[in-house]
Order: sequence, then structure tokens, then C-alpha cells
Amino acid sequence: MRFVPAVVAAVAVALLPFALSGYHQGLASSVAIYFVAILGLNVLTGYTGQISIGHGAFMAIGGYVTAIMSQAHHTNLIATLPLSLAITFVCGVLVGIPALRLSGVYLALATFALAVSVPQLPLKFSKFLGGSNGLQTDHTVSHLWLYGVSWACAAIVFVLAWLLLRGRIGRAFRAVRDSEVAAASSGVSLPIYKTFAFGVSAAFAGVAGSLFVLATNGFAQPNEFGVLLSLKILIGAAVAGFGSLWGVLAGAAFVALLPEISGSVPLIGAAHGQDVVFGLVLILVMLALPNGFAGLVATVERGVKGAIKWRAAAS
Amino acid sequence: MVELARRLGGAPKRKSRVSTGISLPVGLFLLAAAAFLVVGSAVSSIFAQQTVAGLAQGAIFGSLALALVLIYRATEVINFAQGEMAMATTYIAYQLTLWGLSYWLAFFLTLGLAFVLGVVVQLLVIRPVQHKSVLAVVIVTIGLFILIDGLVTWKWGADLKFMPAPFGNTVYHVGQVAFSRQDVGTLLVSILSVILLWLLFQFTKLGLAMRAAALRPAAASLVGVRVNWMLAIGWGLAAVLGAVAGLMTEPTVFLQPTMMQAILLYAFAAAVLGGLESPAGAVVGGLALGVFLNLVGQYVGFATAELRLPIAFAVLLVVLLLKPTGLFGRRQVRRV
Repeated sequence: MRFVPAVVAAVAVALLPFALSGYHQGLASSVAIYFVAILGLNVLTGYTGQISIGHGAFMAIGGYVTAIMSQAHHTNLIATLPLSLAITFVCGVLVGIPALRLSGVYLALATFALAVSVPQLPLKFSKFLGGSNGLQTDHTVSHLWLYGVSWACAAIVFVLAWLLLRGRIGRAFRAVRDSEVAAASSGVSLPIYKTFAFGVSAAFAGVAGSLFVLATNGFAQPNEFGVLLSLKILIGAAVAGFGSLWGVLAGAAFVALLPEISGSVPLIGAAHGQDVVFGLVLILVMLALPNGFAGLVATVERGVKGAIKWRAAAS
Repeated sequence: MVELARRLGGAPKRKSRVSTGISLPVGLFLLAAAAFLVVGSAVSSIFAQQTVAGLAQGAIFGSLALALVLIYRATEVINFAQGEMAMATTYIAYQLTLWGLSYWLAFFLTLGLAFVLGVVVQLLVIRPVQHKSVLAVVIVTIGLFILIDGLVTWKWGADLKFMPAPFGNTVYHVGQVAFSRQDVGTLLVSILSVILLWLLFQFTKLGLAMRAAALRPAAASLVGVRVNWMLAIGWGLAAVLGAVAGLMTEPTVFLQPTMMQAILLYAFAAAVLGGLESPAGAVVGGLALGVFLNLVGQYVGFATAELRLPIAFAVLLVVLLLKPTGLFGRRQVRRV
């Protein structure tokens, strides 16, 4: 019974492309891409309590890995995905080590520094990284290919996260989140688990970055990976709420689809209507659901359980 | 293990302060840096010019950083919309000058409107989520960022606009060193607004109430301080400081919807450099960052314009790693 929702979701995802046009398949794949990135942030923030506003930087690194490998070495595009997973894992661990000294808002702003700085590097080292024009993969992919690969990645990453979080490691993560002192005195090694969480989280973001590059016609460009992307992942994570893997899907759909929907609202007419509607809806959603969809799900579950108990008591 | 963690973590936490103010090494370091600037300025006129321009730029970073610190101290939240609120108020000043007001009349009228804007924003969208989740407040400020950006672009368009120059284009000469009146004026106006704010906080009843509301909200409300209103006024004052920063930025980058975005990032760096909790730290951090960036840009060939932001944040990271709560920050120890 526990697997029913997962099976239903998988079947729906497998059948969906037959009902969608190419453009909408592209949109649906961007939901999957944000899903992978937001899941990464959720592992870090929701389970170990370390916050990051710098996941756009890891996405940039993953994206450039794919573009460089494909352009310079003609590597198979799918083969670049595990490679960017491995490289961004190492990057995440390297960032996680200094991050051990920081916490809360200082950690958030230090990671924000990454989000700001990394997209500037291709501009500085333009010979190697292509400057503001960016790099392109040696060939582009079809919408259907992208849909299949990105949802497959989303499924793999989801299962990986589930396996990781359900056992010993997940327990250690949560202990670190709830109280570092208590976790350390119960024998959980803080440095190891905290840097490991950073690595896993960054690796997920790296894969998302590779897919992101494939979704933008194979271009890795600095301004695509700007501060706004990091903020979007944070927005998605907040709308999703922390601690629930299912909420992530709602968060991903929110950041991937809302700009599309709000762009077609004829409220202001001009292209700027998109920003107005997006900002407004985001504020309203946070006012209504300060703990995100995960909070909503928890409230509904409590309500249903309460109603059942009340019924049982009444009869 | 989880049970143990929960039981231990659930025990009442108490904050206790270990040290206050500036530590000795930081004080010595700042003194040495100041001495370096004075000696360098005496030796080279280019150095002196770059230092003054850097101080002017840094004063803008400092006032926006101070706005961030005001809000952070009161609500433990980083206001991502601070720069865009500053940008929007600068557009209001522009509209006022279009309607025929003189620059300085528009300037002061805008500061009043900025105060109202800050208070209204706090009442309408911040207060409802304030006690629910810090992340929710941060996301609301990001939403405000996007919303204000969209509204301003819709109303005034994305093209460059020009306002009358507040200080004219005169250049002063002291010996061989040329100072633009613009730089000196920016520095004076920013520093003056910071001093006025400090006087308000230090010597008025309102300032005392605001400090009380920020430091110990529960205790403050017990002695009759209306904490919620103090927080709203804090947002208003932060918006006023932001408006000053925006109006002082306008002459160098001109009016456009993106004008404050880079400045906001430097202000983040400045605020963290100073320690986020410390108003003096924010101003010193802003000035130091402005001067440092200008001097590095002048004398280090590798540090081209693309590396300006990364260098600012590299400085921030180095400071954080050496002193995780910033230069002026206090260490907080939580007892478990």
C-alpha cells in the first residue's frame, strides 16, 4: 500500500508525453529538472538544517561539465550526467568543509556568495569557458528525449534520496538538524555527516544543471545560471516545505510552471505582467502556507486522523 | 538516538553573550588599514583619488547595509527586497522632479514616502508570516523583489532615465588631487543620515523602545512597548536609508530598474563583514569594501570588472572563516 502513490505517479509520468505537444513536453521536463535541484536543497536544509542559497552555482558547474565534455570530447550526453554528479559531489564536499564553521544566516550568505561569484567566472576565463556566449553541446536533443531522460533522472534521484534518508544516514542527518550537541554526544560525527550532506545536495543540483543545459538547446551560458536561478530553487524549496519528499513535486511545478501561466495573464498586457503576477502569487502562497505544501499535507493528515479518531470515539 | 536528540534539543535554550564590541585584533587591524590609507594618500594622488571615490561608493554600500542590519536585528531576517524598495523610491523622486519639484524638495518628500512604504510593506505582507517561519519571511521578501521590479518596469519602462544632478559637476582640487563634488556630497549625505539615525536610536524615547523591541521583544512588551509598531517603524526607517542609498546611487549609474541589484549584493557583503548585528559594523564594512574594491581595481591587473563581485565575496568568505560572526559580531553561545 505504501508504494501505491509512487506507482500511480510513475504510470502517469510515463503516459503523459503522448498527450502533450513538444512545447509542453519541454515544460514538463523543466518540472523534473527543478524537482531534482529542489530535492537536493531539501536534503541539505530539510534534513540537516544547513541552508544554502547557492545551488545555482552547483547547477552551473554541472551544466558546464556537460557542455565541455560534449563539445570538446564528444562524450555521450547521458554519460556526462554521472560525471557531473561526481564532480559536483566533490565541489559540494569542498564547500561543505568551510561551511562547518558557519551556521544560519551567515552560511546562507556565504553560499549566496557562491551563487553570485560562479557565474562571473566564465566571463573572466572566456577562452576556456566561452565568455557571455557560453558553450554549446555538440548536438541538441528532442523534447521527447529530454522528457524521458529528465524524468528518469528525477525518479532515480528520488529513490536514491529515499534510500539514503530512511536508514542510518537519514537518522544521523535529522539528529544533526535537531541538535548538533546532542547528535555529537550520541556518536554522530558532525563534520562527516554535514559535509556528506553538502556533497549529496550539490551532486543533485549538478545533475539538474546538466539537464538544464540540455533543456536550453545545449547552451551553458553565465546569465542563465545567475542569482535568480538560486533564488528560484530556494523559492521552490520553501513552497514545497521541508521534510517531505512529495512536497518537492509541488514546489518544482510551482517554479517551473507559474512563470508560464502568469505570462499569459492579460492583467497588464506587457511582458512585465509576468513578474508582477509571479511576485504577487508567491507572496500570497507564502502568506497562506508559511510552511509550504509539506505543512499543508501535515495539517490535512492531522485533520483526517483527528476526524477518524473522533468518529471512533463517538460510535 | 533521535529520541535522545529530541529530548536534549527540546530543553530550553538560553542565549548568553560572551564578548561585546570590537575585539583587540580587529581594532588593531582597522587602525592599521586606516593608517595605510592616510600614508598612501599622502604619497600618491591617484591613490588619494581612488580612496575618496571608494569611500563615496562605500558610504552607499554602508547605508544600504545598515538598512539590512536594522531589519535583521529586529526580526532575524535578511530583506532581499531592500535594494528594489530603494530603486522604487528613487523612481518616485524622479516622478516628483518631473512634476516640477526641485531636487532637494523631491529628495525629502521621497524620504517621507519611503518611510510610509516601509511601514505599509511590513504591516501588509511581513507581519502575517513574521512569527511562523523565518524562511517564509525571506521568501516573501524575494516575492516583493520580483513584484516591485515588475511594477516599476511596467510603470516607467526599462530604459535609462536621468534626474537632475544633486551636487553639480564641480571638481575640487587639493594640491594635485581632484575630488568630484559628487563623491564628497554622497559621502556627506550618507554619513549624515547614519549619524541622524544613531542619534534617534541613542537619545530618543522612540529609539530606546525600538532597541528594546529588537533585543527582548517579550520583556519590552511587558513594560508597555508596542513591539509590533516598533518593528513596522524599523522597516520604515530601513526604507528611508535605502531611499538615501538609491538617490545617491542614481548620479553614477542613472535610473534603471536594475540599478540597485549589484549594490544590494555589495551591501550584503558589507553587512556580513561588519557582523550583521552591528550597525557600526555595517557602515565600517561598507566603507572598507568600497575603498578595497577601488584600490584593488586600480592596482591589481588581474582584478578586472568581471571579478569585482567575486572579489567582494572572497573577502567576505575569508573574514567569515577567520571570524564566523563578522568583524564586529558577538559570539553567541547557546546552552543546551
